[in-house]
Amino acid sequence: MIGPFDLNALEVAIQLKERHGGQVTALTLGSEKAKEALRRALAMGADAAVLIDEAQVAAKEPSVTARVLAAAIRKLGGVDLVLCGRQSGEWDFGQVGALLAEELGMPFVPFVPRLDVVGNGLRLERETDGGIAVVEAPRPCVASITNATDNQPRLPKVKDIMMANRKPITVWGPADLGLGAADVGEAANRLEVLDLFIPEVKSECEFIDGEDGAEKGANLARKLLERKVI
Amino acid sequence: MVIGWGRDGDAPSAAVRELLGGARRLAEKSGGQVVAGALGAAAQAAQGMVAYGADQVLTVDHPALAEADAEAYAAAAEAVCGRTGEALVLVPGDRLGWEVAPRLAHRLKAGLVTDCVSVDWDGSRFVMTKPVYGGKAMAKLVARTAMQVALVRTRAMEALAPQPGRAGRVEALSVDLAPGRVKVIERKKEETQGQVRLEDARVVVSGGRGLGGPEPFKMLEEIARLLGGAVGASLAAVDAGWISPQHQVGQTGKSVAPDLYIAVGISGASQHVAGMSGSKTIVAINKDPEAPIFRVAHIGVVGDYKEVLPAFLAELRKIKGA
Repeated sequence: MIGPFDLNALEVAIQLKERHGGQVTALTLGSEKAKEALRRALAMGADAAVLIDEAQVAAKEPSVTARVLAAAIRKLGGVDLVLCGRQSGEWDFGQVGALLAEELGMPFVPFVPRLDVVGNGLRLERETDGGIAVVEAPRPCVASITNATDNQPRLPKVKDIMMANRKPITVWGPADLGLGAADVGEAANRLEVLDLFIPEVKSECEFIDGEDGAEKGANLARKLLERKVI
Repeated sequence: MVIGWGRDGDAPSAAVRELLGGARRLAEKSGGQVVAGALGAAAQAAQGMVAYGADQVLTVDHPALAEADAEAYAAAAEAVCGRTGEALVLVPGDRLGWEVAPRLAHRLKAGLVTDCVSVDWDGSRFVMTKPVYGGKAMAKLVARTAMQVALVRTRAMEALAPQPGRAGRVEALSVDLAPGRVKVIERKKEETQGQVRLEDARVVVSGGRGLGGPEPFKMLEEIARLLGGAVGASLAAVDAGWISPQHQVGQTGKSVAPDLYIAVGISGASQHVAGMSGSKTIVAINKDPEAPIFRVAHIGVVGDYKEVLPAFLAELRKIKGA
């Protein structure tokens, strides 16, 4: 499934193509439904779309996702830059970028709001705890894209949507990528879920009284003092 | 095994002190030992790691570790883990950790649990608990692999009081690390709203969609300053462009667990709650009495922040003598 940050990544890729040329391929591991997302990618300006059939990949862990995507990237060949959204999936967001870099032996730059081609390499901005760092990396390289005002996904025109509906979507299974049951079968999962539970949330909320908002505000400060939290 | 970086003078960083405390308790239950990998600057806090609970510290200091380069840190961590082969590896859930842990798990062929809120010993194996489905549910997981990596949420574990005379071995490992391929050429400092790093703050004052614009964050900033805390925000406020993404608390932002968390105009979507539910005291200020934030709050104020906050701030000033 293409998540919100994946569309930001796609937007960055298409802007890069508009500035420097090249080819953008949208690649996802998903079900038949993911074709809709790939059609949207094509309508936004991707040149090709590849779907890896999720039904044939029993293991759902990020390590397996990365293994499958890396195999597909190798099969596509000649890739200069791999972009992904800064998070994906419900369970283990944020891992696939770093894992792809490990699988492909490429450098990885996470949390990138924008990037550009400089000489043979790339110049990227990355968010860090202390602010923004401008970094340079060689190509090929993996980057995870975070949302920024200048990478909001464009809305495709009706004409582009119609064109996209006529473009083919390549579908590969693990066998096409040289992967077998040991790589993608259930046994490839490294974790086992023992239990899933809804944590019991007992509301212990103490509401602050007061005639109006102002009185409640002042009472709140006194309550915090009384509870020794300030 | 506790993997650590950074230091706090001669002491390990707060995150590492917590993991050492957690590891110590697990070692006592499981009958194991606590080995710590002190990487980069942390190597100089090796003795401090012993004081906080390590039985053995393996240090790796190398020029490639001067920058927070995850590739180099993963390689150093791999070397440290390979040395003793501890079954459980705890990694601090900070930004570098989120990058290092998947790489390390890949190299060790280990199962990885990210965003761990607790690790327990059930008598035969380590059980890791993490929030799933945006914090609506929790999952208990075990690894099928010989080694397992747990990326532990900040402040999920508790540090022990240091014992300065504690016995422990410190050994320096010599590891060949390749120079980083990603070069930092410039740093643009973020304008910090509040003086304290969000993840380390004892007090966090956060604003959400209910604030209606960027202007009210100034008041949150002032409250944070008075309380020696930091300013946070929900995804909605960040997406609206009212405050920089650096301040975002939640599943897609930072995880915090301060002593006091004040949520102003935040409805309490599970996305946000996942990043702050570990806070000791949670205060919610919201117009809507039905807002889900009140289910996790300890103290609630139903009211318009425009009325509540100025009076709150005035009273705080009185209390603080400011």
